[in-house]
Amino acid sequence: MAGKTLYDKLWEMHEVSRRDDGSSLLYIDRHILHEVTSPQAFEGLRLAGRQPWRVSANLATPDHNVPTTKAERDGGLAAIVDEVSRLQVQTLDENCADFGITEFKMDDVRQGIVHVVGPEQGATLPGMTIVCGDSHTSTHGAFGALAHGIGTSEVEHVLATQCLVAQKMKNLRVTVDGALGPGVTAKDVVLAIIGKIGTAGGNGHALEFAGSAIRALSMEGRMTVCNMAIEAGARVGMVAVDEKTIDYLRGRPFAPQGADFEAAAAQWRTLVSDPDAVFDKDVHLRAEDIRPQVSWGTSPEMVLPVDARVPDPAREDDPVRKDAITRALRYMGLAPNQAITDIRLDRVFIGSCTNARIEDLRAAAAVARGRRVAATLKQALVVPGSGLVKAQAEREGLDRIFRDAGFEWREPGCSMCLAMNPDRLQPGEHCASTSNRNFEGRQGNGGRTHLVSPAMAAAAAIAGHFIDVRELS
Amino acid sequence: MTPFTTHAGRVAPLDRANVDTDQIIPKQFLKSIKRTGFGPNLFDEWRYLDVGQPGQDCAARPLNPDFVLNQPRYAGASVLLARANFGCGSSREHAPWALAEYGFRAIIAPSFADIFFNNSFKNGLLPIVMEAETVDALFAQCEASEGYALAIDLAAQTVTRPDGEVHRFEVDAFRKHCLLHGLDDIGLTLQHVDAIRAFEARHRAARPWVFAG
Ligand code: SF4
Repeated sequence: MAGKTLYDKLWEMHEVSRRDDGSSLLYIDRHILHEVTSPQAFEGLRLAGRQPWRVSANLATPDHNVPTTKAERDGGLAAIVDEVSRLQVQTLDENCADFGITEFKMDDVRQGIVHVVGPEQGATLPGMTIVCGDSHTSTHGAFGALAHGIGTSEVEHVLATQCLVAQKMKNLRVTVDGALGPGVTAKDVVLAIIGKIGTAGGNGHALEFAGSAIRALSMEGRMTVCNMAIEAGARVGMVAVDEKTIDYLRGRPFAPQGADFEAAAAQWRTLVSDPDAVFDKDVHLRAEDIRPQVSWGTSPEMVLPVDARVPDPAREDDPVRKDAITRALRYMGLAPNQAITDIRLDRVFIGSCTNARIEDLRAAAAVARGRRVAATLKQALVVPGSGLVKAQAEREGLDRIFRDAGFEWREPGCSMCLAMNPDRLQPGEHCASTSNRNFEGRQGNGGRTHLVSPAMAAAAAIAGHFIDVRELS
Repeated sequence: MTPFTTHAGRVAPLDRANVDTDQIIPKQFLKSIKRTGFGPNLFDEWRYLDVGQPGQDCAARPLNPDFVLNQPRYAGASVLLARANFGCGSSREHAPWALAEYGFRAIIAPSFADIFFNNSFKNGLLPIVMEAETVDALFAQCEASEGYALAIDLAAQTVTRPDGEVHRFEVDAFRKHCLLHGLDDIGLTLQHVDAIRAFEARHRAARPWVFAG
C-alpha cells in the first residue's frame, strides 16, 4: 500500500466519524477569531441558546478594522473614527467577554493580524486542525498543521460543536528544488508558483510545498508561502515539520513547556509525507529560475519577473484570457508591452499577514538603510504584523532605519491590505504592496495594487518605480 | 435555511472569469454585524457609478447602464451564469448572503472557489458545476434570447433548457440532503455529541498538547 501524505495523516488524526456519503466530521483543535466574520456567528449561537463547545480552543484578536496611527490607537475604541468599524471591534470585545474567550484587545501588545499572532503565541502547533473565518488561515499550515479558512456559518458550527462537516480534498504537491538566488525570497517563490499553476490551480486540493528550496526557508518564509496557497485556489497549504518548526515553537506561551514540549515534538517529527506517498497532482519548479516577481494585473496569477514587460492582448488567442488581459490593463492603467520597471508608484505598503513578520521587516530595512524614499511618492507605510513584532523591530532599531528613510512606522493591523480602516489607496494610484491580493479595489476603490516581496517594495519606494532589488545592492 | 427543491428562473450572464469576493461584495460593507442588508450592494463597484458606502440609500445612486444586472432584459434574474473560478478570494460569507438577498437561487459555472462553494450551500444558494462547453452554450443561448430561463431540479440533479435539452449535474449527497430539507448543520452535528466526546477523550489522551495553553 502506498504511504500517506502529510494531509492524509492530519485528516485521519481528526476524523470523528465518516458518513456514507463520503463527508466526515472533523475535529477542530484551534479556532481563531477576528471582528469581521464572527459577529453573525455569535448572534446565531445566542439565538439558539448554545454555548461554545470548548472555550479554550478559541483565541481572538481584532485586526481588519483597527486604525494604525499612534494617535488613534492611544485613544482606544473611542478613537476609531469610523462608527461602523468601531461597532465591529466593540462587538468582538463584548462577545469574547460574554463567552469567556481569550482575546488580545486593541491595546494589548500581543494584538495583531490573526495569522501573525497564532504562530507567534505558539497557539498554532504542528498536527493541529486550525480554522478561522479568514481565507489566509492557510498560513498556519507552515507548521505541519491542517489549517484553512471557513465562512461565518462554519465559525458558528465550530463554536458550537468543535467540529466541521468536511469533504476530504485531493493531494497536490508543489516541489521547488535548488537554491534561490540572492534577492529572491519566499514571496517571489509563491508568486512564481501562482503564475505557473493559476489562481484556480489548487481548487479542490490540499497543497503541500516541498523540495530543498522550501526546506531552506525560515518559518517566516514558509508562512509567506502557505499564506498564498489560497491565491492558488488551495484552501490548505502545508510544509512538513522539521527541526526549524520545532525550534521556532520552543518556549512560546501557548505551546507545551519543558518535558511536555519534547514529548509533543517527538510526535510532531512524524508529520511528513511518507517517501512513497502518492499525490494526485505534482508540480515542479527550479529555484534557480525564479526571479523577483511583480504582479501587473488584477489577479495574483497576473505576475511576471521584474525585468519582463506586461502582456499584449493582441498576442493572446484564448478569448476569455484575451478579455481578462484587456480588462486588467485598462483597470491598471498600463499599456500593452510596457516594461514593469516603467510603472511609477504613488504609495508603498509593507505589511499584511503575508509579509509583516520580523524577518520581512529586516529584509525591507536592509534595503532602506541609509537611503531615501523617492520624493515622487505620496506615502510609504510599514505596518508590523503584531505588537510583539513591532516591539522586536524597535529593539533592533528597524523603526529608526525606516523613519530616517522617510517611511511611516505604524501600529499593527491589516492596514492597507484591504482598506477597511483609514489606510487606503485613492482611485488610480499605483501601490507596491507586500500583501496577497491585487483584486480590483482591494486596497481602496480604483486603487492599483502590485504584489511584491518586502525587499522589492522597499527598493520600489527608494526608486519611485519598480526596480530589480539586486541592482540596488 | 431556505430549502431548495426545484427552481425555474430568468438567467443573467456574467461573462468574466475569476470573479472574486471583493467584487461580489466590497469590503466596506463587511463592517456590518448583521447577516442581512447586503443585497443592494451586490457587485457594488460594477453596478453603480459612484462609490458605495454602508448605510446609504442605494435607490438614489446612479446605476452603471453597462453592467449586466442593470439591463432591463435581465431584471428579476434568479439564476446567475458565470465563468471559471467564481467566488475566489476571501472566505466572506457576505458574498453568498448578498447574492441570495438579491434574489439569486443558483449559480452555474465551470468551477467555483472552494470556500465560496461551501458557503453557498449554507445559505440556500445552489452552485452548479457544468462543463465549460455546456456553460459556453448556455451563455450563447442566454445572450441570444430575451427572457431566457432555466429550470433546476435538485432532487433529479438536472438543469432543463427552454429547448427541452436536459443537463445533469453532480452534487454531493450530504449537501444535497441538507439543501433539499433546509436543514441546520449544527443541529445535525449535535446529534453526534457522544461520538465527538469519545473522540475528544481519545485525542486528549494521545495529544495532550492540543489542550494545553
Ligand atoms: S492582512 Fe490582509 S489578507 Fe491578511 S488577514 Fe488582514 S486583511 Fe486578510
